[in-house]
Amino acid sequence: MNVLIIGAGSAIAVATARLYAARGCSLFLVARNTQRLEELAKDLEVRGAAKVGQHTLDVLEHDKHAEAVSTAREFLSSVDIALICHGSLPDQAITETDFAAARRELDVNGLSVISLITLLSALMKEQGAGTLAVVTSVAGDRGRQPNFVYGAAKSMVSTYLQGLRGRLLPHGVHVIDIRPGLVDSPMTARFEKGVLWSTPELVAGNIVKAIDRKRHTVYTPGYWRIIMAIVRSIPDVVFKRLKF
Amino acid sequence: MQLSGWGNYPAVQADVLAPASAAELQSLLAHNAYGNWICRGGGRSYGDSALNGRVVSSRYLDHFLDIDEDAATVRCGSGVSLGQVLEVVIPRGLFPPVLPGTKHVSIGGAIAADIHGKNHHVEGSFCDHLESFSLLLADGSILRCSAAENAGLFHATCGGMGLTGIILDATLHLNKVSSVSINNRSFSAKNLQHCLELLDEHNAATYVVAWLDCLKQGEDLGRGIVYVGDHGDDDNLQLVKRRGLSVPFHTPGFFLNRFTMSQFNNLYASWNKGRGDTTLQNYEQFFFPLDSIGNWNRLYGRKGFLQYQVLVPTEAKDILSRIIRRVAESGQGSFLSVLKKFGKANNNPLSFPSAGYTLTLDFRWRESLFPLLDELDALVLGCGGRHYLAKDARLSESGFKTGYPRWQEFMQVKAEVDPHNRFASLQSQRLGLTPVSTSHSSHKKAGPDK
Ligand SMILES: Cc1cc2nc3c(=O)[nH]c(=O)nc-3n(C[C@H](O)[C@H](O)[C@H](O)COP(=O)(O)OP(=O)(O)OC[C@H]3O[C@@H](n4cnc5c(N)ncnc54)[C@H](O)[C@@H]3O)c2cc1C
Ligand SMILES: NC(=O)c1ccc[n+]([C@@H]2O[C@H](COP(=O)([O-])OP(=O)(O)OC[C@H]3O[C@@H](n4cnc5c(N)ncnc54)[C@H](OP(=O)(O)O)[C@@H]3O)[C@@H](O)[C@H]2O)c1
Repeated sequence: MNVLIIGAGSAIAVATARLYAARGCSLFLVARNTQRLEELAKDLEVRGAAKVGQHTLDVLEHDKHAEAVSTAREFLSSVDIALICHGSLPDQAITETDFAAARRELDVNGLSVISLITLLSALMKEQGAGTLAVVTSVAGDRGRQPNFVYGAAKSMVSTYLQGLRGRLLPHGVHVIDIRPGLVDSPMTARFEKGVLWSTPELVAGNIVKAIDRKRHTVYTPGYWRIIMAIVRSIPDVVFKRLKF
Repeated sequence: MQLSGWGNYPAVQADVLAPASAAELQSLLAHNAYGNWICRGGGRSYGDSALNGRVVSSRYLDHFLDIDEDAATVRCGSGVSLGQVLEVVIPRGLFPPVLPGTKHVSIGGAIAADIHGKNHHVEGSFCDHLESFSLLLADGSILRCSAAENAGLFHATCGGMGLTGIILDATLHLNKVSSVSINNRSFSAKNLQHCLELLDEHNAATYVVAWLDCLKQGEDLGRGIVYVGDHGDDDNLQLVKRRGLSVPFHTPGFFLNRFTMSQFNNLYASWNKGRGDTTLQNYEQFFFPLDSIGNWNRLYGRKGFLQYQVLVPTEAKDILSRIIRRVAESGQGSFLSVLKKFGKANNNPLSFPSAGYTLTLDFRWRESLFPLLDELDALVLGCGGRHYLAKDARLSESGFKTGYPRWQEFMQVKAEVDPHNRFASLQSQRLGLTPVSTSHSSHKKAGPDK
């Protein structure tokens, strides 16, 4: 099995990559920090990966996406699984008043992802097979006061995937939308953690399972499906007063 | 956040930082020039050795750096757990020479406590198989340490409870094995004397440990089961993937004794029926029986528990029965205790193991426990014994200094590499290894300070 991971330095991606390495898969890693990529590549080899390739990319540089994807393809020869995992959780207050900041966040969490999906869809269509798994967020289920710029970008991707899933069906390509809840990772280092929090390792286990079983929309951990159903069902007149 | 060791006592408010790389960790230290820190790995020490108002976690120092199958060595970050090491080395026919009772211990924690396994009499302790490690010092520099290079610092760090610096990565020697199945023979011991005889008799086996029933008094005092294990010859190098149960929340403390008591009684009964005599077990069952129940520490309830692990020198073994008797009389001890026989000590000033017996007892937290433990301390220290710092939450400074007569040697190294005590834990302050700090507030919950 050949696995491409974009945003490979993220805690969730690292934990997922390790599960694939333990299965003896070949991996291609794309991330922004070259030194971390090298460290991770060695780590995955020791953990059992058949081979590991890497490529440095800042996802904001859209014109370099094609090169990253084609390098991955060359290294892996076929891309059976592509996981897109990068993201950033901005300071909401700044993005509300500084549009340049908001646009950058919409790009990292939304547009850059769609650019990469566009390239990967074409590649997998051509292969006539593949699984495209994209990490979005429960934050995309409903815009909430503390993170609606981030949420808007994530829901853009989720909506896009809903349509794409059908488009790629005749081509044997499967599309998965992975929506983690609260995960204790560097992204959320500044928050106090409570009972609803889970770990990158647990989420990674769910991601691999979802890919194995060709699921469609995955909430991880599973109880977030219920929580978000409740959150979505709150009437606007009430919801607009909620600060969470 | 509220933080505690595995025993859930004491608990303090702590800022926990988890730098994403060694480089980030280095700059974190550089940019926080005052106050002190302690490093935390798997959080499996029971008391306050990994507690402080400011804690730095090694969780992201979890990369493997290299494995050399011919030389049988592995090099990895200090945040890698022994469980992860097993996953990587077993398929290659390699096995760690020293394993504790849980696989969730980090390499950094294993070094800092110089941990021991059921085979101390054969293999010594964890750091006896350590080729080298790199240590981040208080001044931000990184030093490679081994028995040959920076030897003083190496020995002080092995067993040094995180007080010399932060271990970033380490190279460990492994054993070559053909099987990770364990041939586990069990023998029932009718009392303590019998148990000690069995431990001696099986001294040639690789793994030897005894479980004692601590409620029995009189003639049956020290009744127990002695387990004797050796690697099987079935060429099994399979990893075991086990998905156990987990205790989701703190249960009222009385659950626990019922739980262990029934477990033990089953075992004892099955032994007496002649079953359970010899079984081929997988390594998880043999080494990590408790890991099959996640968060079992919650069974002791919200106030937590203390584990009391001491060393009694060989020549003073009578003290063992006095300890067990005193605990049985008090009615406070938990039902089970563990007894092992150690081999010789190594050269690390603060390493716990030394020729003799080590007895481990669990106690649910209650106020009346502390005077009892003080009484036991007197017995232990009076016979030249000592306490295992990785389990300790309440020993006095003088108790520590009596048990570890080489503490000053350690302090000399500490003064050289960390003159401003940038690395300190609540434990090090209590034991007089670092000055009591006033720069942060730590609120203890659950009961009085000892
Ligand atoms: C169920 C169970 C069974 C056990 N069985 C055994 C046993 O059989 N034998 C045995 O010897 N012990 C045993 N232990 C104790 C355990 O092995 C030790 O407490 C060990 O130190 C825990 O490692 P940790 O990674 O959890 O460290 P923590 O609890 O997080 O920290 C322990 C100490 O190590 C230091 N430390 C951690 N990481 C670093 C680092 N990177 N650099 C410098 N210092 C560091 C901390 O500062 C602290 O002083 C057991 C514990 C449990 C819960
Ligand atoms: N943590 C949560 O609670 C949570 C909840 C729901 C969804 N998610 C989603 O899960 C995914 C993984 O997050 P995580 O929790 O694992 O956090 P993380 O460890 O902080 O990972 C985020 C990753 O995105 C990368 N990244 C950010 N901007 C980039 C850019 N311009 N170019 C390339 N890479 C960039 C970061 O790279 P650097 O390391 O170089 O900065 C980092 O590796 C994200 O999509 C996130 O939105 C997380």
